[in-house]
Amino acid sequence: MRLVIPNPGLDQRIPTYEDIERMEKEEAGDRPKWDNKAQYILTCVGFCIGIGNVWRFPYLCQSHGGGAFLIPYLILLVLEGMPLLLLEFGIGQRLRKGSVGVWRAINPYLTGVGIASMLVSLLIGLYYNTLIAWIMWYLFNSFQNPLPWTQCPLNDNATGFVSECQRSSTVDYYFYRVTLNSSTSIDDSGGIHWPIVLCLLSAWTVIFICYIRGISTSGKAVYVTAILPYIVLAIFLIRGLTLKGAMNGVKFLFTPDVDELINPSTWLDAGAQVFYAFSLAWGGLISFSSYNPVHNNCMQDAVILSVITGLTSIYAATVTYTIIGFRATDRYDSCISDNIVTLSNAFDLPEDSITASNYEAALNHYNTSDPTTVLGLDFKICDMQKLLSEGVEGTGLAFIVFTEAITKMPGSPIWSVLFFVMLLCLGLSTLFGNIEGVVVPLRDLNVLPKKWPQEAVTGVTCFVAFIICLLFAQNSGVYWVTLFDNFAGSVPLLTIGLSEMIAIVYIYGIDRFNEDLKFMIGHKPSIFWQVSWRFISPLIVLVILVFYLVTQAQKKLTYLVWDPDSENFPTMASVPYPSWINAVVFLLAGIPSLAVPLYALCRLVFVYCKKKRASGQKSQLDMKGQEAM
Amino acid sequence: MLGKIFFLLCLSSAWAEDLCSKAVPPEAYYVRLSIKTALGDKAYVWNDNEMFLFQATLAFAMRSQFSGQEYNVSNIVVCDETPRVSFWFVVTSLEDPSRLVSRGDVEQAVRKSRNRINSAFLLTDQTLEFIGITPTLAAPVAPNTPPWLIVFGVVMGAVFAGILVLLVLPLIQKKRKKNQPMEDEDSDEETQVKTAENGPERSGVYNMSFSDDDKFTQM
Repeated sequence: MRLVIPNPGLDQRIPTYEDIERMEKEEAGDRPKWDNKAQYILTCVGFCIGIGNVWRFPYLCQSHGGGAFLIPYLILLVLEGMPLLLLEFGIGQRLRKGSVGVWRAINPYLTGVGIASMLVSLLIGLYYNTLIAWIMWYLFNSFQNPLPWTQCPLNDNATGFVSECQRSSTVDYYFYRVTLNSSTSIDDSGGIHWPIVLCLLSAWTVIFICYIRGISTSGKAVYVTAILPYIVLAIFLIRGLTLKGAMNGVKFLFTPDVDELINPSTWLDAGAQVFYAFSLAWGGLISFSSYNPVHNNCMQDAVILSVITGLTSIYAATVTYTIIGFRATDRYDSCISDNIVTLSNAFDLPEDSITASNYEAALNHYNTSDPTTVLGLDFKICDMQKLLSEGVEGTGLAFIVFTEAITKMPGSPIWSVLFFVMLLCLGLSTLFGNIEGVVVPLRDLNVLPKKWPQEAVTGVTCFVAFIICLLFAQNSGVYWVTLFDNFAGSVPLLTIGLSEMIAIVYIYGIDRFNEDLKFMIGHKPSIFWQVSWRFISPLIVLVILVFYLVTQAQKKLTYLVWDPDSENFPTMASVPYPSWINAVVFLLAGIPSLAVPLYALCRLVFVYCKKKRASGQKSQLDMKGQEAM
Repeated sequence: MLGKIFFLLCLSSAWAEDLCSKAVPPEAYYVRLSIKTALGDKAYVWNDNEMFLFQATLAFAMRSQFSGQEYNVSNIVVCDETPRVSFWFVVTSLEDPSRLVSRGDVEQAVRKSRNRINSAFLLTDQTLEFIGITPTLAAPVAPNTPPWLIVFGVVMGAVFAGILVLLVLPLIQKKRKKNQPMEDEDSDEETQVKTAENGPERSGVYNMSFSDDDKFTQM
């Protein structure tokens, strides 16, 4: 295809092949480098494998037909994820710059793409680090026996537990009241909760020390943060498989429901998950690959990374569902035994006369012989399917379902420490890529003085981010985190991804990109890559974006609140957002997406004004020259 | 003398049987034991001896609550024993066997000696239930310094120490290298070689993009 938009001056803006080879030999330039290939691969793996692999993918898998979900997921991994990955790796390695630098080099009007990436990375980093602060809080509190979320506090006259805790559960109370002290709406900021401030401080200082000298320090940190989660997952797998009811969970996860494949939302969710899982359009991957040696085989890297991400998602989902299955079975068993106790108490039957196996028969017998008494009894409904599907996504999974399951395992504090250390490592390694996507563009845009050392730039960024994060330390913080999660990371990323593909394929030129790859790795990419770059991947991203915008526009803006006074407590109440939220949503989702065309427009106006001024001055000089003559 | 006691005993047992056949009086407390749930394999069989122990323990509870009043096993009347091991009981007053001690007094006595009653049967508040007397719950264990502050302090201390080390170490190295070339020059006065220093000076400056950038973009 010869469709390339004219792009004058490109050759002057980018280094030639000879330049790059020369720079590599002389090691001129202060560009940081990876110590070895393993560091680079581990950093990318850590960046891609995040908390979402533990708490988003298993939920999607289970709710969209179990094992059948793997089909759209793997197909879209190959058709959408891998080509975009190679695109980012290739362009970073070729142009040897961070995200702003790369787009500025391709065409100065495209700098907006880099700025949008930076803004999105910043917004996502803010709420992601708040999640890490919560994880740290739970980690700090895991070093005690019994764990603090096993007990409810007593009420004033010590005859019972606090009403909020009694009606919900100890883990719910611990998360919403003790940890977050959540208010009842996003309007009601309710003051700062100081334990969360301390945890935010620790989260940002840990990030600061890990990234203090850029990738030379974070490259060492990833040896721990990228490998430790796999070890912990293996330990949990072995422990999980030996627990009662684990196989219920795994079966529930993987039982295929082929009808779900016809449902379009399955494919949309799979596509969106692949896009976010690979951390595409954040700018971090471009930066990381720009530190590579010029002849690094980035095609191999893209394939390896895709395979690792796919396998890790399935691995983490299995482990998660063994634990979920254990908890659901435990709850089901206690529900049945509660019902048995109710029945035997009402009819004064000896203990052990009714067991789980003959409960149904006994109930029927008494229902027929004495229906009035049976009706008056308060039986609980024990539904295994409902127990397996409740609270299994997002923060609910980690902080409520898992913490409860851990309290039922012998030796709970150890398992709690292991679990939260794993989540911490998963989150930290993603944040390294995130902060790379913020700090490098800041330097490229000369926002901070050039002579400041890397330590100062990282320090200022972390400090400013910490101050902004205090927004999430309020009592309404959890609602802000959900708001950011829903809007800051969805539409802008899709828009930026689409712009990236169009920019490289049609403005930089796919033929030029093929030549670059041939120079770097030795052979031209095969027909698979050509077709997917030109048609398939942009089409998939465009379809997801359009469908997402359409569904969002139709939905009313509501959110879930923790309100002890609501009717259905402890189920969270669904409340509409206040009207000023629309402005916030526009700031979160609109500004980064619009940064791409806005910047181009501003630059157009600026260049036009400059030309007018220049030609005005020129005609003035001509006139003066004529007068002199 | 013996005759009188025998007569009283017959009267009280007759009175007790009488009480049991009537409807449940308002002063009665319903008791439920879940021995198998509490003890599993080590569960003992409930029989008349155990019931005697229960009556004795309750008499003990009444005695310790109301000092001076010498309640006896005969004052604790138990009725309607079921295979579940549940029954109800009343406490007859000392002066007049036909009068029953009020619910409030019985409740106070049971609350005071609840622990002793539970331990006599190797049971807990949940497995030896007095319906209507809610157990006072034990306060959750709360250490003086919250443990999380200790862990937080350790982590932050380690992080700040690390930051200090990482920031101060290159400065020390810079100083050391500056001193070294000066000594070389002093000792080496014939050769006028200037040692090229390109390491320490640039140790803090990383990640600079091409300075060529300024040439191309004006924005």
